[in-house]
Amino acid sequence: MASMIEGFRNAELCSKLVRQILKEATGSYRFMEVCGSHTMAIARFGIKSLLPENIELVSGPGCPVCVTPQCEIDALFEIAEKGAVIVTFGDMMRVPGSKGVSLQKMKSEGADVRIVFSPLDTIKIAAETDKEVVFVGIGFETTAPAVASLALTAKKAGIKNISITPYSKTMPEVLGLLLSDENLKINGFICPGHVTAVTGLSLYEPVVSAGMSAVVTGFEPVDILTSILEMVRQTNNGEFKAVNSYSRVVADEGNAKARSVIDEVYYKKGCWWRGIGYIEDSGLAFRDEYAEYDAFKKFDVSLQGDDEIEGCSCGEVLKGYIKPSSCSLFGTACTPESPVGPCMVSSEGACAALYKYS
Amino acid sequence: MCLGFPGQIVELEDIMATVDIAGTKREVSIMILPDEVVLGDWVMVHAGMAIAKMDPEEAQKTLQVLQEFADGLDD
Repeated sequence: MASMIEGFRNAELCSKLVRQILKEATGSYRFMEVCGSHTMAIARFGIKSLLPENIELVSGPGCPVCVTPQCEIDALFEIAEKGAVIVTFGDMMRVPGSKGVSLQKMKSEGADVRIVFSPLDTIKIAAETDKEVVFVGIGFETTAPAVASLALTAKKAGIKNISITPYSKTMPEVLGLLLSDENLKINGFICPGHVTAVTGLSLYEPVVSAGMSAVVTGFEPVDILTSILEMVRQTNNGEFKAVNSYSRVVADEGNAKARSVIDEVYYKKGCWWRGIGYIEDSGLAFRDEYAEYDAFKKFDVSLQGDDEIEGCSCGEVLKGYIKPSSCSLFGTACTPESPVGPCMVSSEGACAALYKYS
Repeated sequence: MCLGFPGQIVELEDIMATVDIAGTKREVSIMILPDEVVLGDWVMVHAGMAIAKMDPEEAQKTLQVLQEFADGLDD
Protein backbone atom coordinates (compact mmCIF):
# COMPACT_ATOMS: atom_id res chain seq x y z
CA MET A 1 0.00 0.00 0.00
CA ALA A 2 2.87 2.32 -0.81
CA SER A 3 0.54 4.61 -2.75
CA MET A 4 -1.15 5.73 0.49
CA ILE A 5 1.98 7.55 1.61
CA GLU A 6 5.02 7.32 -0.67
CA GLY A 7 3.09 8.29 -3.80
CA PHE A 8 2.22 11.58 -2.13
CA ARG A 9 5.89 12.27 -1.34
CA ASN A 10 7.09 11.73 -4.91
CA ALA A 11 9.88 14.28 -5.48
CA GLU A 12 9.44 14.44 -9.25
CA LEU A 13 5.72 15.11 -8.91
CA CYS A 14 6.42 17.81 -6.29
CA SER A 15 8.96 19.44 -8.58
CA LYS A 16 6.50 19.52 -11.50
CA LEU A 17 3.74 20.93 -9.28
CA VAL A 18 6.07 23.69 -8.06
CA ARG A 19 7.02 24.59 -11.64
CA GLN A 20 3.36 24.79 -12.60
CA ILE A 21 2.60 26.98 -9.57
CA LEU A 22 5.45 29.32 -10.57
CA LYS A 23 4.04 29.50 -14.08
CA GLU A 24 0.43 30.15 -13.12
CA ALA A 25 0.94 32.40 -10.07
CA THR A 26 0.92 35.71 -11.90
CA GLY A 27 -0.74 37.75 -9.13
CA SER A 28 -0.40 38.04 -5.35
CA TYR A 29 -1.82 35.36 -3.12
CA ARG A 30 -2.33 34.86 0.58
CA PHE A 31 -3.48 31.45 1.76
CA MET A 32 -4.15 30.33 5.32
CA GLU A 33 -3.91 26.88 6.86
CA VAL A 34 -6.17 26.29 9.85
CA CYS A 35 -4.76 23.00 11.06
CA GLY A 36 -1.69 22.62 13.25
CA SER A 37 -0.74 19.42 11.45
CA HIS A 38 -0.67 21.37 8.17
CA THR A 39 1.48 24.05 9.86
CA MET A 40 3.93 21.31 10.84
CA ALA A 41 3.84 19.60 7.43
CA ILE A 42 4.44 22.91 5.60
CA ALA A 43 7.44 23.64 7.85
CA ARG A 44 8.78 20.08 7.85
CA PHE A 45 8.71 19.69 4.07
CA GLY A 46 10.04 23.21 3.47
CA ILE A 47 7.03 24.13 1.33
CA LYS A 48 7.46 27.89 1.86
CA SER A 49 11.00 27.75 0.48
CA LEU A 50 9.65 26.21 -2.75
CA LEU A 51 7.11 28.95 -3.37
CA PRO A 52 7.64 32.34 -5.01
CA GLU A 53 7.46 35.52 -2.94
CA ASN A 54 4.03 36.40 -4.30
CA ILE A 55 2.47 33.39 -2.54
CA GLU A 56 2.25 33.89 1.19
CA LEU A 57 1.22 31.08 3.52
CA VAL A 58 -0.05 32.15 6.93
CA SER A 59 -1.06 30.05 9.91
CA GLY A 60 -4.50 30.46 11.45
CA PRO A 61 -6.04 29.24 14.71
CA GLY A 62 -5.54 25.55 13.97
CA CYS A 63 -3.80 24.40 17.13
CA PRO A 64 -6.25 23.55 19.95
CA VAL A 65 -3.57 23.78 22.65
CA CYS A 66 -2.65 27.29 21.46
CA VAL A 67 -6.21 28.64 21.62
CA THR A 68 -7.15 27.25 25.06
CA PRO A 69 -7.34 30.20 27.50
CA GLN A 70 -4.75 30.44 30.26
CA CYS A 71 -7.41 30.37 33.02
CA GLU A 72 -8.73 27.04 31.69
CA ILE A 73 -5.19 25.64 31.55
CA ASP A 74 -4.66 26.85 35.14
CA ALA A 75 -7.86 25.04 36.16
CA LEU A 76 -6.22 21.77 35.09
CA PHE A 77 -3.33 22.33 37.51
CA GLU A 78 -5.83 23.22 40.25
CA ILE A 79 -7.48 19.83 39.65
CA ALA A 80 -4.10 18.02 39.64
CA GLU A 81 -3.20 19.69 42.93
CA LYS A 82 -6.36 18.20 44.44
CA GLY A 83 -4.83 14.75 43.88
CA ALA A 84 -6.62 13.63 40.72
CA VAL A 85 -4.93 11.33 38.23
CA ILE A 86 -4.47 13.37 35.03
CA VAL A 87 -4.73 11.51 31.71
CA THR A 88 -3.64 13.42 28.63
CA PHE A 89 -2.34 13.47 25.08
CA GLY A 90 1.40 14.26 25.03
CA ASP A 91 0.78 17.74 23.54
CA MET A 92 -0.34 19.10 26.91
CA MET A 93 2.66 18.04 29.01
CA ARG A 94 4.77 21.19 28.61
CA VAL A 95 2.00 23.79 28.49
CA PRO A 96 2.82 26.27 31.27
CA GLY A 97 0.33 27.65 33.75
CA SER A 98 0.39 31.29 34.73
CA LYS A 99 2.47 30.37 37.81
CA GLY A 100 5.11 28.51 35.77
CA VAL A 101 3.86 25.02 36.56
CA SER A 102 3.29 22.36 33.86
CA LEU A 103 2.04 18.75 33.85
CA GLN A 104 5.60 17.64 33.12
CA LYS A 105 6.89 19.52 36.16
CA MET A 106 4.08 18.25 38.38
CA LYS A 107 4.77 14.68 37.25
CA SER A 108 8.46 15.04 38.10
CA GLU A 109 7.37 16.18 41.57
CA GLY A 110 5.19 13.13 42.10
CA ALA A 111 1.80 13.93 40.57
CA ASP A 112 0.11 11.03 38.78
CA VAL A 113 0.05 12.13 35.14
CA ARG A 114 -0.42 9.56 32.35
CA ILE A 115 0.09 10.09 28.63
CA VAL A 116 -2.27 8.03 26.47
CA PHE A 117 -2.85 7.22 22.80
CA SER A 118 -6.64 7.24 23.15
CA PRO A 119 -9.19 8.88 25.49
CA LEU A 120 -10.69 5.39 25.95
CA ASP A 121 -7.47 4.31 27.73
CA THR A 122 -8.87 6.34 30.65
CA ILE A 123 -11.45 3.60 31.30
CA LYS A 124 -8.75 1.07 32.23
CA ILE A 125 -6.83 3.60 34.35
CA ALA A 126 -10.01 4.50 36.27
CA ALA A 127 -10.77 0.82 36.92
CA GLU A 128 -7.41 0.40 38.67
CA THR A 129 -7.76 3.29 41.15
CA ASP A 130 -10.20 4.74 43.65
CA LYS A 131 -8.95 8.24 42.85
CA GLU A 132 -10.69 10.67 40.55
CA VAL A 133 -9.31 10.36 37.00
CA VAL A 134 -9.46 13.42 34.74
CA PHE A 135 -8.99 13.25 30.98
CA VAL A 136 -7.76 16.45 29.32
CA GLY A 137 -10.47 16.71 26.65
CA ILE A 138 -8.87 19.07 24.16
CA GLY A 139 -9.32 19.26 20.39
CA PHE A 140 -11.49 20.22 17.44
CA GLU A 141 -14.09 18.14 15.57
CA THR A 142 -11.49 15.46 14.75
CA THR A 143 -10.84 14.67 18.40
CA ALA A 144 -14.22 15.55 19.94
CA PRO A 145 -15.85 12.23 18.90
CA ALA A 146 -13.08 10.29 20.67
CA VAL A 147 -13.47 12.40 23.82
CA ALA A 148 -17.28 12.12 23.65
CA SER A 149 -16.89 8.34 23.27
CA LEU A 150 -15.11 8.30 26.63
CA ALA A 151 -18.09 9.97 28.35
CA LEU A 152 -20.49 7.69 26.48
CA THR A 153 -18.57 4.52 27.43
CA ALA A 154 -18.10 5.61 31.06
CA LYS A 155 -21.83 6.37 31.43
CA LYS A 156 -22.85 3.03 29.90
CA ALA A 157 -20.48 1.18 32.26
CA GLY A 158 -21.61 3.27 35.26
CA ILE A 159 -18.05 4.46 35.97
CA LYS A 160 -18.16 7.35 38.43
CA ASN A 161 -14.51 8.33 38.95
CA ILE A 162 -13.93 9.75 35.45
CA SER A 163 -14.36 13.35 34.34
CA ILE A 164 -13.20 15.40 31.37
CA THR A 165 -11.98 19.00 31.01
CA PRO A 166 -14.43 20.71 28.61
CA TYR A 167 -11.85 22.21 26.22
CA SER A 168 -13.34 21.04 22.88
CA LYS A 169 -13.86 23.69 20.23
CA THR A 170 -15.42 23.77 16.78
CA MET A 171 -14.28 25.31 13.49
CA PRO A 172 -17.30 26.90 11.72
CA GLU A 173 -17.59 29.85 14.10
CA VAL A 174 -13.88 30.76 14.12
CA LEU A 175 -13.82 30.43 10.32
CA GLY A 176 -16.79 32.81 10.25
CA LEU A 177 -14.83 35.26 12.38
CA LEU A 178 -11.84 35.07 10.02
CA LEU A 179 -14.11 35.62 7.00
CA SER A 180 -15.51 38.80 8.52
CA ASP A 181 -12.02 40.14 9.38
CA GLU A 182 -11.22 42.91 6.93
CA ASN A 183 -7.57 43.02 8.01
CA LEU A 184 -6.87 39.45 6.98
CA LYS A 185 -7.12 39.56 3.15
CA ILE A 186 -7.02 35.83 2.50
CA ASN A 187 -7.56 34.31 -0.97
CA GLY A 188 -8.11 30.79 0.20
CA PHE A 189 -7.92 28.21 2.94
CA ILE A 190 -5.91 25.00 3.04
CA CYS A 191 -8.69 23.16 4.85
CA PRO A 192 -8.04 20.67 7.65
CA GLY A 193 -8.22 17.13 6.27
CA HIS A 194 -9.18 15.27 9.40
CA VAL A 195 -11.62 17.87 10.75
CA THR A 196 -13.38 17.58 7.38
CA ALA A 197 -13.40 13.77 7.66
CA VAL A 198 -15.90 14.41 10.48
CA THR A 199 -17.70 17.62 9.42
CA GLY A 200 -17.88 17.09 5.67
CA LEU A 201 -17.35 19.64 2.93
CA SER A 202 -20.39 21.77 3.84
CA LEU A 203 -18.24 23.46 6.50
CA TYR A 204 -16.70 25.58 3.74
CA GLU A 205 -19.85 26.93 2.06
CA PRO A 206 -19.43 30.32 3.83
CA VAL A 207 -15.78 30.48 2.65
CA VAL A 208 -16.82 30.01 -0.96
CA SER A 209 -19.72 32.48 -0.60
CA ALA A 210 -17.22 35.04 0.72
CA GLY A 211 -15.19 34.74 -2.49
CA MET A 212 -12.35 32.56 -1.30
CA SER A 213 -11.21 29.10 -2.24
CA ALA A 214 -11.38 26.13 0.12
CA VAL A 215 -9.32 23.06 -0.64
CA VAL A 216 -9.43 20.08 1.71
CA THR A 217 -6.15 18.27 1.56
CA GLY A 218 -3.86 15.76 3.22
CA PHE A 219 -0.54 16.19 4.96
CA GLU A 220 2.04 15.07 2.40
CA PRO A 221 3.95 17.49 0.15
CA VAL A 222 2.06 16.46 -3.02
CA ASP A 223 -1.22 17.10 -1.15
CA ILE A 224 -0.21 20.58 -0.03
CA LEU A 225 1.27 21.67 -3.37
CA THR A 226 -1.82 20.40 -5.20
CA SER A 227 -4.03 22.49 -2.91
CA ILE A 228 -1.90 25.59 -3.53
CA LEU A 229 -2.10 25.15 -7.31
CA GLU A 230 -5.88 24.71 -7.07
CA MET A 231 -6.23 27.88 -4.97
CA VAL A 232 -4.02 29.88 -7.38
CA ARG A 233 -6.24 28.75 -10.25
CA GLN A 234 -9.48 29.58 -8.42
CA THR A 235 -8.13 33.00 -7.45
CA ASN A 236 -7.02 33.69 -11.04
CA ASN A 237 -10.41 32.69 -12.45
CA GLY A 238 -12.46 34.36 -9.72
CA GLU A 239 -14.55 31.19 -9.52
CA PHE A 240 -14.51 29.72 -6.06
CA LYS A 241 -15.58 26.29 -4.88
CA ALA A 242 -14.83 23.81 -2.14
CA VAL A 243 -12.64 21.01 -3.46
CA ASN A 244 -11.89 17.71 -1.78
CA SER A 245 -8.31 16.80 -2.72
CA TYR A 246 -8.16 14.24 0.09
CA SER A 247 -10.80 11.82 -1.20
CA ARG A 248 -8.70 8.83 -0.13
CA VAL A 249 -9.71 9.68 3.46
CA VAL A 250 -12.46 12.33 3.40
CA ALA A 251 -16.00 11.59 2.26
CA ASP A 252 -17.73 14.76 1.02
CA GLU A 253 -20.52 14.20 3.53
CA GLY A 254 -18.08 13.62 6.43
CA ASN A 255 -18.72 11.11 9.21
CA ALA A 256 -22.34 11.32 10.43
CA LYS A 257 -21.77 8.65 13.07
CA ALA A 258 -18.94 10.66 14.65
CA ARG A 259 -21.09 13.81 14.58
CA SER A 260 -23.96 11.95 16.29
CA VAL A 261 -21.62 10.87 19.11
CA ILE A 262 -20.60 14.54 19.60
CA ASP A 263 -24.29 15.59 19.60
CA GLU A 264 -25.22 12.88 22.10
CA VAL A 265 -22.73 14.14 24.69
CA TYR A 266 -22.25 17.85 23.95
CA TYR A 267 -24.18 20.94 22.96
CA LYS A 268 -22.75 24.04 21.29
CA LYS A 269 -21.89 26.88 23.64
CA GLY A 270 -19.95 30.12 23.38
CA CYS A 271 -16.36 30.01 24.63
CA TRP A 272 -13.10 31.96 24.80
CA TRP A 273 -10.26 31.47 22.32
CA ARG A 274 -6.88 32.57 23.56
CA GLY A 275 -5.61 35.58 21.64
CA ILE A 276 -8.86 35.84 19.70
CA GLY A 277 -11.66 36.40 22.21
CA TYR A 278 -15.14 35.11 22.90
CA ILE A 279 -16.91 33.38 20.00
CA GLU A 280 -20.59 32.41 20.22
CA ASP A 281 -21.38 28.69 19.82
CA SER A 282 -17.72 27.79 19.18
CA GLY A 283 -17.29 25.39 22.09
CA LEU A 284 -18.71 22.06 23.19
CA ALA A 285 -20.27 21.82 26.66
CA PHE A 286 -21.63 18.69 28.34
CA ARG A 287 -25.37 18.10 28.09
CA ASP A 288 -27.24 17.72 31.40
CA GLU A 289 -27.25 13.92 31.03
CA TYR A 290 -23.44 14.00 30.95
CA ALA A 291 -22.87 16.89 33.38
CA GLU A 292 -21.31 14.52 35.93
CA TYR A 293 -18.38 14.09 33.49
CA ASP A 294 -17.56 17.82 33.42
CA ALA A 295 -14.30 18.08 35.40
CA PHE A 296 -14.70 21.84 35.94
CA LYS A 297 -18.06 21.25 37.67
CA LYS A 298 -16.89 18.18 39.57
CA PHE A 299 -13.87 20.00 40.99
CA ASP A 300 -15.59 23.39 41.26
CA VAL A 301 -12.63 25.22 39.68
CA SER A 302 -12.34 28.98 39.79
CA LEU A 303 -11.58 29.89 36.10
CA GLN A 304 -10.04 33.22 37.03
CA GLY A 305 -7.02 35.06 35.78
CA ASP A 306 -5.67 37.31 33.11
CA ASP A 307 -4.85 35.91 29.68
CA GLU A 308 -2.37 38.60 28.75
CA ILE A 309 1.32 37.74 28.72
CA GLU A 310 3.48 40.83 28.51
CA GLY A 311 5.20 41.22 25.14
CA CYS A 312 3.64 38.05 23.70
CA SER A 313 2.11 38.43 20.23
CA CYS A 314 0.42 35.01 20.01
CA GLY A 315 -2.96 36.71 19.49
CA GLU A 316 -1.73 38.43 16.32
CA VAL A 317 0.00 35.22 15.17
CA LEU A 318 -3.17 33.14 15.69
CA LYS A 319 -5.19 35.55 13.55
CA GLY A 320 -2.56 35.56 10.78
CA TYR A 321 -1.82 39.28 11.27
CA ILE A 322 1.91 38.78 11.81
CA LYS A 323 4.47 36.07 11.22
CA PRO A 324 6.01 34.47 14.34
CA SER A 325 9.38 35.99 13.51
CA SER A 326 7.85 39.48 13.83
CA CYS A 327 7.29 38.95 17.57
CA SER A 328 10.03 40.59 19.63
CA LEU A 329 10.23 37.54 21.92
CA PHE A 330 10.59 34.96 19.12
CA GLY A 331 13.77 32.92 19.39
CA THR A 332 15.16 35.04 22.21
CA ALA A 333 12.97 35.17 25.34
CA CYS A 334 10.58 32.63 23.81
CA THR A 335 11.93 29.27 22.60
CA PRO A 336 10.57 25.69 22.67
CA GLU A 337 12.81 25.00 25.70
CA SER A 338 11.49 28.03 27.52
CA PRO A 339 8.18 29.03 25.90
CA VAL A 340 6.39 32.23 26.82
CA GLY A 341 3.30 31.96 24.64
CA PRO A 342 1.11 29.03 23.61
CA CYS A 343 2.18 29.11 19.93
CA MET A 344 5.68 28.13 21.06
CA VAL A 345 4.52 25.58 23.64
CA SER A 346 2.63 23.27 21.36
CA SER A 347 4.77 21.48 18.78
CA GLU A 348 2.03 22.36 16.29
CA GLY A 349 2.03 26.05 17.12
CA ALA A 350 3.10 28.39 14.32
CA CYS A 351 6.04 29.69 16.40
CA ALA A 352 7.34 26.23 17.38
CA ALA A 353 7.07 25.00 13.77
CA LEU A 354 9.01 28.00 12.44
CA TYR A 355 11.63 27.75 15.20
CA LYS A 356 12.23 24.04 14.65
CA TYR A 357 12.53 24.11 10.87
CA SER A 358 14.09 27.51 10.14
CA MET B 1 -3.20 17.59 17.26
CA CYS B 2 -5.42 16.41 14.40
CA LEU B 3 -2.64 14.20 13.11
CA GLY B 4 -3.86 10.88 11.79
CA PHE B 5 -2.11 7.63 11.13
CA PRO B 6 -3.05 5.35 8.23
CA GLY B 7 -3.16 1.72 9.28
CA GLN B 8 -4.32 -1.67 8.05
CA ILE B 9 -6.75 -3.82 10.04
CA VAL B 10 -5.15 -7.13 11.04
CA GLU B 11 -7.67 -8.26 13.67
CA LEU B 12 -11.31 -7.44 14.34
CA GLU B 13 -13.46 -8.09 17.37
CA ASP B 14 -16.77 -6.32 17.97
CA ILE B 15 -16.02 -2.56 18.12
CA MET B 16 -12.26 -3.00 18.50
CA ALA B 17 -9.68 -3.61 15.79
CA THR B 18 -5.96 -4.27 15.83
CA VAL B 19 -4.40 -1.99 13.26
CA ASP B 20 -0.91 -2.18 11.80
CA ILE B 21 0.41 1.39 11.71
CA ALA B 22 3.80 1.46 9.96
CA GLY B 23 4.74 -1.88 11.54
CA THR B 24 3.41 -1.14 15.02
CA LYS B 25 0.21 -2.86 16.12
CA ARG B 26 -2.35 -0.70 17.93
CA GLU B 27 -5.74 -1.46 19.44
CA VAL B 28 -8.21 1.04 18.03
CA SER B 29 -11.94 1.52 18.43
CA ILE B 30 -14.15 1.40 15.34
CA MET B 31 -17.26 2.59 17.22
CA ILE B 32 -17.53 5.86 15.29
CA LEU B 33 -16.63 4.42 11.89
CA PRO B 34 -19.62 4.84 9.53
CA ASP B 35 -18.54 2.07 7.15
CA GLU B 36 -18.35 -1.70 7.56
CA VAL B 37 -14.75 -2.90 7.61
CA VAL B 38 -13.09 -6.28 7.09
CA LEU B 39 -9.59 -7.60 7.66
CA GLY B 40 -7.11 -5.93 5.31
CA ASP B 41 -9.05 -2.65 5.08
CA TRP B 42 -7.20 0.62 5.65
CA VAL B 43 -8.43 3.18 8.18
CA MET B 44 -7.30 6.63 9.31
CA VAL B 45 -6.60 6.46 13.04
CA HIS B 46 -6.82 9.52 15.28
CA ALA B 47 -6.73 9.47 19.10
CA GLY B 48 -7.19 5.72 19.20
CA MET B 49 -10.30 5.78 17.02
CA ALA B 50 -10.68 4.88 13.37
CA ILE B 51 -12.33 8.07 12.02
CA ALA B 52 -12.53 7.12 8.34
CA LYS B 53 -12.16 4.10 6.12
CA MET B 54 -9.46 4.82 3.56
CA ASP B 55 -9.98 4.18 -0.11
CA PRO B 56 -6.85 2.85 -1.87
CA GLU B 57 -8.58 3.20 -5.25
CA GLU B 58 -9.19 6.90 -4.57
CA ALA B 59 -5.51 7.30 -3.59
CA GLN B 60 -4.44 5.61 -6.82
CA LYS B 61 -6.88 7.67 -8.86
CA THR B 62 -5.66 10.96 -7.33
CA LEU B 63 -2.04 10.05 -8.03
CA GLN B 64 -2.84 8.92 -11.54
CA VAL B 65 -4.64 12.18 -12.36
CA LEU B 66 -1.72 14.17 -10.94
CA GLN B 67 0.84 12.07 -12.79
CA GLU B 68 -1.00 12.46 -16.09
CA PHE B 69 -1.25 16.19 -15.47
CA ALA B 70 2.48 16.36 -14.63
CA ASP B 71 3.43 14.29 -17.67
CA GLY B 72 1.55 16.72 -19.88
CA LEU B 73 3.55 19.73 -18.64
CA ASP B 74 6.37 21.24 -20.65
CA ASP B 75 9.75 20.58 -19.09
